[in-house]
Amino acid sequence: MEHKTSSRRSFLTLAGLAPLAVWGLSACGTSGPGGDKGAAGSASMWSLTGPPGETIRKNSIDTFNKANADTQVKLTLFQNDAFKTKIKTAIGAGEAPTMIYGWGGGGLKTYAQAEQVLDLTSWLEENPKVKDKLFPSAFGAATIDGKIYALPNETVAPIILFFNKTLFDKAGAQPPKTWDDLMALTKTFNDLGIAPISLAGQSRWTSMMWLELMFDRVGGPEVFNDVFAGKENAWSNPAALEALTKIQELVSANGFIKGFNSITADSNADQALLYTGKAAMMLHGAWTYGGMKADGGDFVPGGNLGWVDFPTVAGGKGDAKNGVGNPGQYMSISSKATAEEVDTAKKYFAEGLLSPAEVSAWIESGAVPIVVGIEDQLAATADKDFLTYVYNSAKDAPNFQQSWDQALTPTAAEALLNNIDQLFTKSITPEKFASNMNATIGK
Amino acid sequence: MSASVTITERGSGTQRKGRRSGGGKVDGAGAQADSQKSHSTATGALNWLVVPALVLFLVFAIVPLVGVLVLSFTDWDGIGAINFNGVENWLRSFSDPSMYKALGLTFLIMVLTWVIQTPISLLLGTFTAGSQKYRALLAVLYFLPLLLSSAAIAIAYKTLLDPNFGLAAGLHMPILAQDWLGQPQLALGVVIFVVSWQFIPFHTLIYQGGVRQIPKSLYEAASIDGAGRVKQFFYITVPQLKYTIITSSTLMVVGAVTYFDMIFVLTGGGPGNATRNLALDMYLTGFKANQMGQASVTAVILVVLGLGIALWLQRLGGKDKNGSQLEGM
Repeated sequence: MEHKTSSRRSFLTLAGLAPLAVWGLSACGTSGPGGDKGAAGSASMWSLTGPPGETIRKNSIDTFNKANADTQVKLTLFQNDAFKTKIKTAIGAGEAPTMIYGWGGGGLKTYAQAEQVLDLTSWLEENPKVKDKLFPSAFGAATIDGKIYALPNETVAPIILFFNKTLFDKAGAQPPKTWDDLMALTKTFNDLGIAPISLAGQSRWTSMMWLELMFDRVGGPEVFNDVFAGKENAWSNPAALEALTKIQELVSANGFIKGFNSITADSNADQALLYTGKAAMMLHGAWTYGGMKADGGDFVPGGNLGWVDFPTVAGGKGDAKNGVGNPGQYMSISSKATAEEVDTAKKYFAEGLLSPAEVSAWIESGAVPIVVGIEDQLAATADKDFLTYVYNSAKDAPNFQQSWDQALTPTAAEALLNNIDQLFTKSITPEKFASNMNATIGK
Repeated sequence: MSASVTITERGSGTQRKGRRSGGGKVDGAGAQADSQKSHSTATGALNWLVVPALVLFLVFAIVPLVGVLVLSFTDWDGIGAINFNGVENWLRSFSDPSMYKALGLTFLIMVLTWVIQTPISLLLGTFTAGSQKYRALLAVLYFLPLLLSSAAIAIAYKTLLDPNFGLAAGLHMPILAQDWLGQPQLALGVVIFVVSWQFIPFHTLIYQGGVRQIPKSLYEAASIDGAGRVKQFFYITVPQLKYTIITSSTLMVVGAVTYFDMIFVLTGGGPGNATRNLALDMYLTGFKANQMGQASVTAVILVVLGLGIALWLQRLGGKDKNGSQLEGM
């Protein structure tokens, strides 16, 4: 009796514990409300919550639905991080919405290679009006093996070196034009007890922005293009090693604020450091402008926010006008969608995405939509200096590199972020970084 | 496979809840065994009552488990076709130093959280088992962390520990302005502290229940023999709590194998890989790096680890563990 009950109890204990041990694994299962199938001719779309995109997308779809009674678009909104996991799972399970929101690049490539999204090349050729109003540079991240798998939309967001004008005046300093200027400013500000550069290092992609621009300024666009093309040992390019070494020199010189590894970008603490005068400079996406304007009190309206092109490096090959960042956002059509759903999606692509009303709404929100010929509209806003700068730097860039974590495949991107984290904490050398990353080429 | 979704959402939503229900089952099984003893004629009927639980166990535990085992021999990226690639993932995992680091870290967190939580919970549980009103009030305060979700706790601590805008700035105490989550050792310490802070209330509750089960007569007898409170604690309370300690430790240790949500929000595995334990490594490999096959290997290792430790702890209890602790009283 003792023995019998004893084994039963062990068994039941395990029955109780096993699900705990496997709860994480079963996440591999299918999930998601993919079956948003409405009436014939209606299509579904997943997009992101949060201002200003949420409101703009909702209004755009409401307008479209009112004008097209028989072809409705049903919108479901998710938070950014939740969406990224959910959309992958849904696509893997063949339950994707008709219109798939994304960031192009490596993620789109995995969808395209698994034949989960439609090739839009011929449709765009037949509809030049749709294609020609958009920035040509935005199509790069939507193109895989010469075919376009997504329609660029929304806004362009280059990475910009922001600075606090008040602190520069206090230090009697000028914004940096070269890397040597930047290193000198590091000393200047540290001597004044002000952190030279704000960085939310815990988020990892924030540190990545420094590498992207350094690779470009030292070695030009070819360095990363080689990586992207899968060239063997591309990360060991001497220019890449020089850029990595320079970054570690900046870390050693206390260029980045003390404790930057504890700071995350999702709480906007890095922006707060800049507008509260705790740090003098910050390299960040153009999208932070709106946040600093909203949260920084008099900082932006009072004209205390400055911005410059990323410094050049002596002997470097990269053009100071080269940009990196997000060339736009992307919308694909699921290959699992029915013919009616595809028609509705294409109709929305042509009429809804970046319609004149949507363009005005984006500009009003302090962002630059990827539409050509909007100079006058930008010049009429309160933020005309900044918006015009963003517009021109995106339009005139000889090369606009999509953010690495989106350009690379998810496998390589995760390895990259992990190695960047270790590079910035100086737990690996530039050589080790290069060899770790070389191992991910082609994956 | 859709059945497995329910468990995922429940599990990932509130890990703590999952662990607590596990505790319920342990006790429930004990109760069942006891009732069987006194009503042995009802055994046949009770066997049938096990069927729903068995079906649930098969659908929610065994089926996904087999699925994961199969996936560990594939190169599935979560989206495209599933191709078998033999033992390639397994070989890669076992030749990868970062896997061993994550494994070591998992054990380290397990041991440290156990060492910190057990004595504190035991003392607090013993203390709050008394009936005075102030103890009831204190007990309520102690249990507050139990009401919060791991994600909320992690976000709160992350904000408090911010070197520029956190507690240090608020209280004007520069000593608190450390790089808490930016230094490998400190970050690990913070993780262990926060995990302990979160789960000590739960284990205190278990110990409180255990202490209240100990017959008063034992203490009365000890008092007559001249034993003081300290002696009573070590010679009566602790030995009488043997099985409570095993139950609580099982939950702590098996829970520690799968700590995920709190670490994910608090440090994301950083700085470097300083807090990237196996569960987090599994998630990042599977869902961020799109390597479901590789992540499945880690998942299988986690299952084996969790079950092995749970079984081992059960054995620690000895053969008599299902007998009443009060038998012969």
